[in-house]
Amino acid sequence: MPSELSIVWIYPDLLSTYGDQGNVLVLEQRARARGIPTRTIHVRSSDPVPQQGDVYLIGGGEDRPQILGAERLRRDGGLHAAIQRGAALLAVCAGYQIMGTVFGGEEGQPVSGVGLLDISSGRGERRAVGELAADVDPALGLPTLTGFENHMGVTRLGPGVRPLSRTVVGTGNGDGTEGCYAGRIIGTYLHGPALARNPALADLLLGWVTGPLPAIDDGWYQALRDERLRAVLPA
Amino acid sequence: MSQLPLRAQLASALGRTAATLSRATGRGDGSVIGGRVGLMLEPDLLRKLAADRKLVLVSATNGKTTTTRLITSALQELGDVATNAFGANMPAGHVSALASSKGAPYGVLEVDEKYLPEVLDTTEAGIVALMNLSRDQMDRAAEIWLLAQKWRRALAGRPAHVIANCDDPLVTWGASTAARVTWVAAGQRWREDSWCCPECGGPLDRAGFGNGGQNLTAAQLADTSWACRECTFHRPEPNWVLDGEDVIDPRGQRWRLDLQLPGQANRANAAVALAVAETLGLDPGRALPRLRTVTSVAGRYTTVEREGRSLRLLLAKNPAGWLEAFDVADPALPIILSVNAQGPDGRDTSWLWDVDYRILRGRPVLVTGERRLDLALRLAVAEVPFQLCDSFEQAVAVLAPGKIDVIANYTAFQQIRAEFGRAV
Ligand SMILES: [Zn+2]
Repeated sequence: MPSELSIVWIYPDLLSTYGDQGNVLVLEQRARARGIPTRTIHVRSSDPVPQQGDVYLIGGGEDRPQILGAERLRRDGGLHAAIQRGAALLAVCAGYQIMGTVFGGEEGQPVSGVGLLDISSGRGERRAVGELAADVDPALGLPTLTGFENHMGVTRLGPGVRPLSRTVVGTGNGDGTEGCYAGRIIGTYLHGPALARNPALADLLLGWVTGPLPAIDDGWYQALRDERLRAVLPA
Repeated sequence: MSQLPLRAQLASALGRTAATLSRATGRGDGSVIGGRVGLMLEPDLLRKLAADRKLVLVSATNGKTTTTRLITSALQELGDVATNAFGANMPAGHVSALASSKGAPYGVLEVDEKYLPEVLDTTEAGIVALMNLSRDQMDRAAEIWLLAQKWRRALAGRPAHVIANCDDPLVTWGASTAARVTWVAAGQRWREDSWCCPECGGPLDRAGFGNGGQNLTAAQLADTSWACRECTFHRPEPNWVLDGEDVIDPRGQRWRLDLQLPGQANRANAAVALAVAETLGLDPGRALPRLRTVTSVAGRYTTVEREGRSLRLLLAKNPAGWLEAFDVADPALPIILSVNAQGPDGRDTSWLWDVDYRILRGRPVLVTGERRLDLALRLAVAEVPFQLCDSFEQAVAVLAPGKIDVIANYTAFQQIRAEFGRAV
């Protein structure tokens, strides 16, 4: 376990439109609660992505910043090097699409992604907006996924990734699944933010880097999860 | 104004009747329903009602209603003013507002950001005031860069005189195609939507990156300069400057604002209002006393009394609005926070995580509203101690008699107002 957990937030100047900072704050809080000191680095899109971080986060945003972000990440190469070193990554919404081989630009034109996930995305017919609930891949051993989606993307999963979950309510990837994972990378369309709604997902990311984590008081997390799932799941 | 064609006169008369009915039956303040009836009968009604008036359109993410009110108060020094005082800021509301004061030579209309191009096109307003753009109700609102781009297209090639806040890079970009712009350095507290150049996407060099845009130091807050590192886009030289409690006019004269409305955001609104007033020939010496008469706007900043408790009501609809409310709230007082996620609020509560609540540490914090559990977790993660309450009433009862601040988002605010019989 590293003496200090380093959290790298990629391009908050471009991609942080939907409370993405929350994922950073939840990781910090859950590490802190286990006595692990954290250091968070906010990386501007004009600056290089450090290669020595432990957990990386990239968030959602508008079409134009998404294209800019993808271009800069491709040119930079720092994230690729970090992933090869074994760092963990959570990529949300626009950031999730960027991790694939291709995604749809503002006119639907194909834009090259950074190729860290075997997925390709395009624009769907209509915007998916609302609460989502999904059963997580049993191999991960996590409780029901909950969150809020707001996107026009349709994402096809290639053989190099596994679906993160099967949707019960909501659209997700558009084929009955939501998100995907491969190695230590998790991609999802979920805001909420995802780690605030799904603390077990936060612990999965942290655990990949720190090893097994002791349980902590999840009272407020659980209260919110229960309320949200009650509001959307069929009784 | 009496030269309206018969059909338009009829439409506007019917609209007024519907508005009266709507008010009489208690189903609303009447300002939207009247306009809808009018618009159905006469699509060109808004154009006709706008003609022959000196018209000001006011748009922004935050502060539209207040700034509309401030400009209206100032212009009343010159004559009657038609205005959509109830915040009904789409074309139907504009028709109601103009139809109900046909003889008024001035009009001041609050305009929803998305409707600005359409309303500008229809009314051919001579003056447009633009204050700020930031993330707001993201599950239904247009993306703000696209919004600014639409402003650019709408303003290009028009004679309208724009009064714009040059401390907001996106507003500056949105306004800079206008034929004539008066720049007001009105400040910008929320900077999280303007780290990138709207023109080329390059980094903007400016103070405050990396602290969540919040808890800016006084020096960072005062440093409102910005410039793109990769292209020539930069902050224009301001004509008017808000400097703390003062506004400096284009002649270099300093005016102490002394508003009754609290906070830096309202001083920014007042600076814009003074610039608009001067464009219509009203100098600060005559406009300012009028601005000082405004004490509350549609219930905002009002103090209401209940069982020995004086509750000051602050509305905050988005992260930038919460920062403004924190600026106004008194650190020595307990505070009640109420959050809903109904349609008008935006159904996604993720924005709570964009707000830095740590400033509330050390004061009693009570949490209520339909989405109180979202807020509870948010505060727990920020290590802000709080007490959860099932209702606003319960939160009030928990606190001892005395002064209390209340911050609520849109529908939560309306629910609280309704509890006090909209007497506020
Ligand atoms: Zn630039």
